Amino acid sequence: MTAPRRQLGIKLPTFLPRGWQEFVIERIIWLAGISTILIVALIFFFLIREGLPTFLDIPLRELFGSRWYPTEGHYGLMPLIVGSLVVTVGAVLIAVPLGLLTAIYLGEIAPQWQREILKPLIEILAGIPSIVLGFLGWVTLAPIIQQLGSPTGLTAFTGSLLLAYMALPTVISISEDALYAVPKEYRDSALALGATQWQTTIRVVLPAARSGLVIAVMLGIGRAIGETMAVLLVTGNAANIPEFGVGMFFEPIRTMTATIAAEMGEVAQGTLHYNVLFGIGIVLFMMTFALNSLASRFVGSQTARRRKGQL
Amino acid sequence: MTSQHLNSIKPRLTKITPLALLAFLLLTFVVVFSACVPAPGSVEASGNRRAIQNKGSDTLLNLALAWAEAHQQVDPSIAIAVTGGGTGTGIAALLNGTADIANASRPIKDEEIAAAEANGIHPVEIPIAIDAIAIVVHPSNPVSELTLPQLSDMYTGRITNWSQVGGVDAPVVLVSRESNSGTHVYFLEEVVRLGEIENSDIFAPQTLLMPSSVGITSEIRRNPNAIGYDGLGYVTEHEKVIAVARDASSPYVLPSVETAADNSYALARFLFMYTAGEPTGSIASYLDWIRGPEGQAIVTELGFVPLDAEAEAQ
Repeated sequence: MTAPRRQLGIKLPTFLPRGWQEFVIERIIWLAGISTILIVALIFFFLIREGLPTFLDIPLRELFGSRWYPTEGHYGLMPLIVGSLVVTVGAVLIAVPLGLLTAIYLGEIAPQWQREILKPLIEILAGIPSIVLGFLGWVTLAPIIQQLGSPTGLTAFTGSLLLAYMALPTVISISEDALYAVPKEYRDSALALGATQWQTTIRVVLPAARSGLVIAVMLGIGRAIGETMAVLLVTGNAANIPEFGVGMFFEPIRTMTATIAAEMGEVAQGTLHYNVLFGIGIVLFMMTFALNSLASRFVGSQTARRRKGQL
Repeated sequence: MTSQHLNSIKPRLTKITPLALLAFLLLTFVVVFSACVPAPGSVEASGNRRAIQNKGSDTLLNLALAWAEAHQQVDPSIAIAVTGGGTGTGIAALLNGTADIANASRPIKDEEIAAAEANGIHPVEIPIAIDAIAIVVHPSNPVSELTLPQLSDMYTGRITNWSQVGGVDAPVVLVSRESNSGTHVYFLEEVVRLGEIENSDIFAPQTLLMPSSVGITSEIRRNPNAIGYDGLGYVTEHEKVIAVARDASSPYVLPSVETAADNSYALARFLFMYTAGEPTGSIASYLDWIRGPEGQAIVTELGFVPLDAEAEAQ
């Protein structure tokens, strides 16, 4: 494995040590690896620094109040948190069953030629910029939803539909990978024992792929809750707490992300309103962080159990 | 992986590295260097063509664009770049030094002046036109007259059904601009709070907040239950304009250049441009041209009310 030096194509000065390339490359890789951690730390630092006054200057009672109208000093975050949750729950209710079924079809049932057509098409869906999808939803989807009897077409459901289609490629491809990772022996054994293909899929393959499917769902939720431009266009942005029930999906809402996007441009730096927008960022960050740790914990316990041979 | 496989990869890798290293260094150099050079389009643009950055109110956007275009013919040596975003955005840009002229559809707020002084900037206010706020509904809506107190009750959520103001039995869908819009602030003060200073009513939480004028127009034209407001210059034929009375005993008046100028229409206001300090050089000559006969002719053309119309009417 000692390649002669002239193979490099250029004459090296003799004073350079032999492993200099190794050294430089290793440093660059080290820098790249460290920079990610550094950037995350910096983001976290600035988020806390700019957002902390929110939680110090505004009494918690008011912060979790039901009125968001920051230009007049109403800083209740509840409508925004509820808005984000309603849109995300709606998106998950649509995307998860649809995504799982698509993945099962692709992974277990579809013949090869269909897979070859469907998979690239799903990749294309992932490539559509969210603002384009949002604009389409605003122009085409909102009027349809209004015709279905809603007072306005700009509702949480409109946003959920768009977000579901944005999260679908993530859910499908990761679920499919999880199904693919299930050893062929599992299927063969089940079929050999006389199970039908449906029984094999539901009782054997899905449970075996469970941890991967959970990751797929969690990443889908993460994609939905952080989306901004599409929901800004189609959810109406009304800082309104809908009454709990099925009807809540058909009311206009205002999400945390849309609030930051719509208001960040106007606020004067250093004002309380500015700090509160970062405070919303902290709340959003904590929610996704909780989601991710929940997912990794679930996945962790699964793999641990599998290692012990209990699955 | 077999050792044979490894052997086939390794020499290829070592052959590439010096080139990759060079590319990496070059890239670093380019990034660092470009960070030191001012971006194109900034106020300090190179050459003798100095682009005036004009930013702010969406109400004023069409007018500002028309002015910039017409002025290009008058004096091609002055380049003017116009962007929207809302009054608050424009004033914030003026304070941060990224805009030379801020377009405003409301007077500057006290806290904005304070923030400007803190940055060492003295904003100067220049009235440039008058605008009437039109109340618009879907053309199929039978309601054609409303009083200011009725509008206030609708926008605060005390009136929630069109039948309460003489319309059909249908829920009222409130449409408004986002709070960074000067029109939003004007509407809050003059309609929602009826001009009363001690009144602290705010928009009902179910009000749809649109990020742009286009958002209002599109929602009104497709939603028979919606009511919205916009500058008179932005009203399209797909919207029906409501005649507004100051109270139940006053006459109902439709917005127009004449009724805004003679003050018989209740919802008319000045539009402003703000500069950082007294305008000088090309900015001063541009503002003078805007306030002159040529600039004010464009105001009339676009459905706004020229400054001298008010003086004439009185």
